[in-house]
Amino acid sequence: MKKINELKMVFDSRSVNESFSRVAVAAFSSQLDMTVEELGDIKTVVSEAVTNCIVHAYRDTIGKIYITCTVFEEGVIRVSVRDKGCGIEDVTKAREPLYTSLGGDRSGLGFSVMESFSDKLKVRSKVGVGTTVTMDKKIKGKAQ
Amino acid sequence: MPVTLKNKNSTLYAFLKGEIDHHTAPELRECIDDAIILNDAPKLIVLDFGGVTFMDSSGVGLVMGRYRLAASKGKKIRVDNLSERDYKIMKMSGIEKLAEINKTVG
Repeated sequence: MKKINELKMVFDSRSVNESFSRVAVAAFSSQLDMTVEELGDIKTVVSEAVTNCIVHAYRDTIGKIYITCTVFEEGVIRVSVRDKGCGIEDVTKAREPLYTSLGGDRSGLGFSVMESFSDKLKVRSKVGVGTTVTMDKKIKGKAQ
Repeated sequence: MPVTLKNKNSTLYAFLKGEIDHHTAPELRECIDDAIILNDAPKLIVLDFGGVTFMDSSGVGLVMGRYRLAASKGKKIRVDNLSERDYKIMKMSGIEKLAEINKTVG
């Protein structure tokens, strides 16, 4: 696939940035002629991935979250959300629906929601090093 | 206030507004929980999502947590006016087995 445009951003893992990050990615993505639903899908995936960085990766600390958003010629958008936090010991288990390592009001649906709203979701993680979640989505657009 | 509360016919209505994510959920949770704890009479709590413009899985956590609190007091929860997308996210949790959830009509 041939890259035609790319956005990179780095921001603090503060919860107030959840809204900022999904809106920023959506604004950049909107150069593709996508539907309101497709834009909503991207916002939801970014929101889940960034929340994971804040709640799990950096837990009670503040670290940096790195987002790369790439637009490919074929109308595919790739969003990669990376942290340098604690990492996930068992990625397969973390991706199970309703699994959460934290209690309270966490639903344990983060990865299920990300999978459901993207075409491909890749999770790479190393304990003590960090996690990268990459989602690919083919934009069918308003013409579909 | 992101929540407007109304008490009518033994039902407590909570009209939610704006975006629900991990950042905004705590304030919503506090408002709703205070209302549930302070108003003993209503046996049904309706969470109305008609004014919600965005929700991720934090919205599911919000409903599940309120379900647990309500159930511990012998009360029921119903969720109204979910958008197509929010309804889909809610259903991933299986919450519809515990509480009635409804999409926006029309």
